[in-house]
Amino acid sequence: MKTKAASLPYAVWTFIFIVVPLAMVAYFAFIDEAGHFTLENVSSVGQYTPVLARSIWLAAIATVICLVIAYPLSYLLSRMHVGRQKVFLMLVMLPMWMNFLLRTYAWMTLLERNGLINRFFALFGLGPFEMINTQGAVVLGMVYNYLPFMILPLYSIMVKIDNRTIEAAQDLGANSYHVFSKVVLPLSVPGITTGITMVFVPAVSTFIISRMLGGGGNLLIGDLIDLQFLGNAYNPNLGAAISLVLMVLILLCMSIMNQFDNDEGMEGALL
Amino acid sequence: MKKLTAALLAALLLLLFAVPAFAEIEVEDESYYQKFKGQGISINVYNWGEYISDGAEEGTINVNKEFEDLTGIKVNYSTFASNEELYAKLKSGGANYDIIIPSDYMIGRMIKENMLEPLNFENIPAFKNISSQFVNPIYDPDNAYSVPYTWGTVGIIYNTTMVDGDVDSWDILWDARYMGDILMFANSRDAFAIAQKRLGYSFNTGNPDELEKAAESLKEQKPLVQAYVMDEIFDKMQAGEAALAPYYAGDAITMIADNPDLAFAVPREGTNRFVDAICIPKGSQQQEAAEMYINFLCEPEVGLANCEYIGYSTPNDAAMELLDDEMRNNPIAYPSEEVLQNTETFLSLDDDANKLMDKLWTDIMSTNEGTNQWLIPVFLVLCIVASITINVVRRIRKKRDSMY
Repeated sequence: MKTKAASLPYAVWTFIFIVVPLAMVAYFAFIDEAGHFTLENVSSVGQYTPVLARSIWLAAIATVICLVIAYPLSYLLSRMHVGRQKVFLMLVMLPMWMNFLLRTYAWMTLLERNGLINRFFALFGLGPFEMINTQGAVVLGMVYNYLPFMILPLYSIMVKIDNRTIEAAQDLGANSYHVFSKVVLPLSVPGITTGITMVFVPAVSTFIISRMLGGGGNLLIGDLIDLQFLGNAYNPNLGAAISLVLMVLILLCMSIMNQFDNDEGMEGALL
Repeated sequence: MKKLTAALLAALLLLLFAVPAFAEIEVEDESYYQKFKGQGISINVYNWGEYISDGAEEGTINVNKEFEDLTGIKVNYSTFASNEELYAKLKSGGANYDIIIPSDYMIGRMIKENMLEPLNFENIPAFKNISSQFVNPIYDPDNAYSVPYTWGTVGIIYNTTMVDGDVDSWDILWDARYMGDILMFANSRDAFAIAQKRLGYSFNTGNPDELEKAAESLKEQKPLVQAYVMDEIFDKMQAGEAALAPYYAGDAITMIADNPDLAFAVPREGTNRFVDAICIPKGSQQQEAAEMYINFLCEPEVGLANCEYIGYSTPNDAAMELLDDEMRNNPIAYPSEEVLQNTETFLSLDDDANKLMDKLWTDIMSTNEGTNQWLIPVFLVLCIVASITINVVRRIRKKRDSMY
């Protein structure tokens, strides 16, 4: 009974600030300006399929790159001396102390045609390379901004992998490939799924990165939603409908991720 | 020794505070501003970013602080980035502003949707300073709701080291020679206006054919465009990142001051002449205090300070008289009658036209590569299949495990 009373504030908070807004998004998606029920908003989201596809595609690429970078890094981090771990973890977090917009803005000045990177290449007679205003720049922005969200869950899972487990595997004759594929990888799956969710979800719905680094010509789904609210036509109902589709997509992705999680959880329990 | 340093520091601090940080403003009728003194009233002002003199530079005045000192009315100042943001904020309710400064077409739209409070011009005697050519503007024909604040034209800002010959037509933004060196407005209305003017249309018609043609022309332009931007034009043009960009005259002056290679031209096809004006939105609790604020902004010295700070042109004749000659005779800020003849002011479009324009704009922005339209459905199906497979595999495994 006591625990129930203690959780009440959280329940109220969740209800007011999470459940109600979500319900409102769903409600607005299904009404027209006059407040009558309509399916038009949701069905017209179909015409933006290319935008949606591009968002998912770019976010997926960014997520994969994040995973590839973060996985070895987190493993190395978790095997370090404890004092060092703290320092390096701090370094991972350090960029997050700065505002997200500023960080992205900094990339603009780096990538520009007369930016620092191109000026550096020009010293060797190379370039200038077309870096900003491309989809590559958008992916770079996503990877840079969301990498910590991949590293942190991976690290916190890997720290828990006891060194003795790995040593035991080695004692029993596993080579380093088998140690990785049979011990480290299965034990770190929860971290991988959390990391993928935490990177993919914000990446797919981002809107400012594409505008700043993609030159505005690579419209993403987040920009599209932004356009419905702050664009010329002011069509919050369509904006809500696009948000709803995006949410359903994300929900789907997360449920798939969760299934991986449960699967491995059971295997772990069987051991 | 320590004591001495402390005393010295204290003396220094005193000195710092002793110097008055503001310059007294001269107003026409000081008694007018005394009405609300000591009543603890406050007004909420919602303005564009960087759109009022803030006294940050030596010798300039902080308009809001001067107003507070003069009248005893507290000013809660906040800023927005676009007319649409302002509109969305007011429309969604919950916001309570006493002063807003939208642009022409947004004022028209707000009047139409009954979102503005009519002004009581008896409380705004300084309105007489406003030039007659800005009274009864097309967006507010009876001049009942708005007092002009600034104005300007849209033209092409270009880098003379990268562009050969004269710039006198919007066509140059479609010139393949400058591929990848052209910046374009990221705002649908502004971008369409350029395409419409280039094709010889008015940008105030909601004619679907003309909009479609303008959209076609913008699509044609897209491969040449380096980026669709708004405020970033400042940085990019000053740094020589791009050769050509459409922008506002007032900002062009600022940019040219920083980078003398830049120049500004108003295309011969005509252009947009915008006016930003002060209004009071419906639901304002302090209308009279707000009118006092409007009046203060129309005072010659305040108008001058704002005009110098913002760099846009002022509709205030009295302020213009105080302006230095160089600025007053600057053809960018105050173009000749002949150029102005050829300009048009944005009016609010009807809802259908707005929707069509946004839809076309989304099309333009999202059709660079041929993304397969089957991608999403296929993706969804794959997700579902994967989800089912995992479940089935899990069940089979469970069965197998339970056999042991």
